[in-house]
Amino acid sequence: MNLATALFEAVADPSRPWTFAFIGITFGAYLLIGWRSRVRETRGFYVAGQGVPAIANGAATAADWMSAASFIGMAGLISVKGSDGAMYLMGWTGGYVLLALLLAPYLRKFGQYTVPDFVGTRYASSSARIVAACCAIFVSLTYVAGQMKGVGVVFSRFLEVPLEIGVVIGMFIVAFFAVLGGMKGITWTQVMQYFVLIVAFLIPAFAIARILTDGNHSVPQSAFLFSDLAERLNQIQIDLGFDEYTQPFTSDTRLNVFCITAALMFGTAGLPHVIVRFYTVPSVRAARWSAFWALLFIAILYTAAPAVGMFARYNLLNSLHEAKIVETEVVDASGGDGGRTLYRLESPKGEALDWAYNWQATGLLSFEDLDESGTISLAKTSAEATIDKDIIVLSTPEVAGLPAWVIALVAAGGLAAALSTAAGLLLVISSSMAHDLYVQFVDPEASEEKKVMVGRLMIVLAICVAGWFGINPPGFVAETVAFAFGLAAASFFPAILLGIFDARTNRQGAVSGMVVGIAFTAFYILGNQWDTIFSVTRDVEFVRPWYMTRWFFEISPQGIGTVGMLLNFLVTVTVSRLTPPPPAEVRQLVEDIRVAG
Amino acid sequence: METEPKKSDEARAAFWSANKRLISILLIIWLLISLGCGVWWVDWLNQFTIGSLPLGFWIAQQGSIYTFVILILIYAICTDRLERKYGVAE
Repeated sequence: MNLATALFEAVADPSRPWTFAFIGITFGAYLLIGWRSRVRETRGFYVAGQGVPAIANGAATAADWMSAASFIGMAGLISVKGSDGAMYLMGWTGGYVLLALLLAPYLRKFGQYTVPDFVGTRYASSSARIVAACCAIFVSLTYVAGQMKGVGVVFSRFLEVPLEIGVVIGMFIVAFFAVLGGMKGITWTQVMQYFVLIVAFLIPAFAIARILTDGNHSVPQSAFLFSDLAERLNQIQIDLGFDEYTQPFTSDTRLNVFCITAALMFGTAGLPHVIVRFYTVPSVRAARWSAFWALLFIAILYTAAPAVGMFARYNLLNSLHEAKIVETEVVDASGGDGGRTLYRLESPKGEALDWAYNWQATGLLSFEDLDESGTISLAKTSAEATIDKDIIVLSTPEVAGLPAWVIALVAAGGLAAALSTAAGLLLVISSSMAHDLYVQFVDPEASEEKKVMVGRLMIVLAICVAGWFGINPPGFVAETVAFAFGLAAASFFPAILLGIFDARTNRQGAVSGMVVGIAFTAFYILGNQWDTIFSVTRDVEFVRPWYMTRWFFEISPQGIGTVGMLLNFLVTVTVSRLTPPPPAEVRQLVEDIRVAG
Repeated sequence: METEPKKSDEARAAFWSANKRLISILLIIWLLISLGCGVWWVDWLNQFTIGSLPLGFWIAQQGSIYTFVILILIYAICTDRLERKYGVAE
């Protein structure tokens, strides 16, 4: 669809002009901020000149952190997983305690540009730096793919732009402020993006809390705790043949929920794009306080998300179960496979369900009246509706019948979340390639201008790779991201932690630990998940023999990072004790970073 | 806090051990609330209620997050004090 048709159709859909307006205004603001914070030297490009105040860095970290998965995917995942959804809530916040107490202040005292910088210097080793840089690139690429898919989903639903064009528009916006402003541009756009995404998340959350509790509770967190919604939902779940919503361990075993939660927490603490944010503040004290601000800002969304997940589930079951089929139409029939059937539905109370019709066009929601009863059943045994988890947050305002501008605001918020995280990740990929690999090993004599130029080029290259992943997405947003955490937990976390707290850890230990940790974890994940990661079926003849089961105590691939991390610790500590202690200047460095003054 | 200025190395060592003690206490609370109450004992805790929710469920989905924020706040405040006490602030 070209822009003119899109604008023409905007007249028909009341939320479309608002969506154009909000996305136009926010994108314009990001471009303006990017232009105003352009930089010329490496310190500005990689660590924003270390001049970001603690509270601003907190907001930037929160936006950097809260991705398309947090904004679009997480409440939906919780809504499907029920009680076990807590693994994402705790996993993606609990890591900040580790980060604040164990890593951030010391890395800020060290004060270089990247995580591989610390690893390379602490272990006095080029090979450690290369291993760390490759881990950073690998982890960040896995993660950035999910963001670009998120951008595509938002564009394809709210502007009915094809997914590919949506991804390309997103790439262009990120490229503009990241290439010009580096970390400085990214930081100040992220501060702005935090406000866009938190407002976009909270307004519908407050509205839906009010609607579902008949005006008794406006604050989602208190509606969650005090209203009788949980009881009502539990009852509906049982009536439809599901487990109670508040029943734990329905989606996985206790051991797996434990391992996944732990992998997400330790992974959060080891993610380079989060750690590097703490290099941008002016002092060690500011690093500690900005960790507090970051988690406070994150907690505002993360305590509202389980409420939204629960409300959305209640609302969805309530309005879709036994919805009457008013009309069906077959589309895309020319393909020869009979096409898809779109359903126009009416709720049991007789209201037209336009949102359900609109979302079918994206392919993320589909119905099939299997028993030809003329109604859609959501009971566990009937499976007449297929609901993609990604649409739960995005459709909530429409399901709740909120005004058109709220729907548009959610679209702008989803884009802010995806773009801010993508930018942070792209900077890590660029700095790993330009600062840690190119300047260190290829051209150590490079001038300041040349270093920044290489950094900018690498961002462009990384954006192209990310865009390709966005158009050919590997699997489901939040699950794809979840693997990045296992990899980060198994590689960086032990190397950095022991680098600060155990002076005896040496180069041999750290390198072998990182290699063993990431190799084991990647091997296990790929072995179990290659079909979803590469979007192929398991029936391909020559790959079938490579498929593995959950051979390690039946631990799921999402939780295996916890085991990879323990292996890393074990290998690092053992090998370090069997080889000579690190040189005197390294021991001096460890002494130095432990204390601020 | 006004104390006699100590020898720098001693002060640094004393700060580091006080800091490690503080971190250990906070991390034990972190572990007990998150992976303990939030995951391992969640079904046992569900026999109690808070508001209109089972206790374990609420800790897992809300209470743990509030705890994390408070833990970092306590750490930031206490470390500021420790640094002043041992004279090792920036």
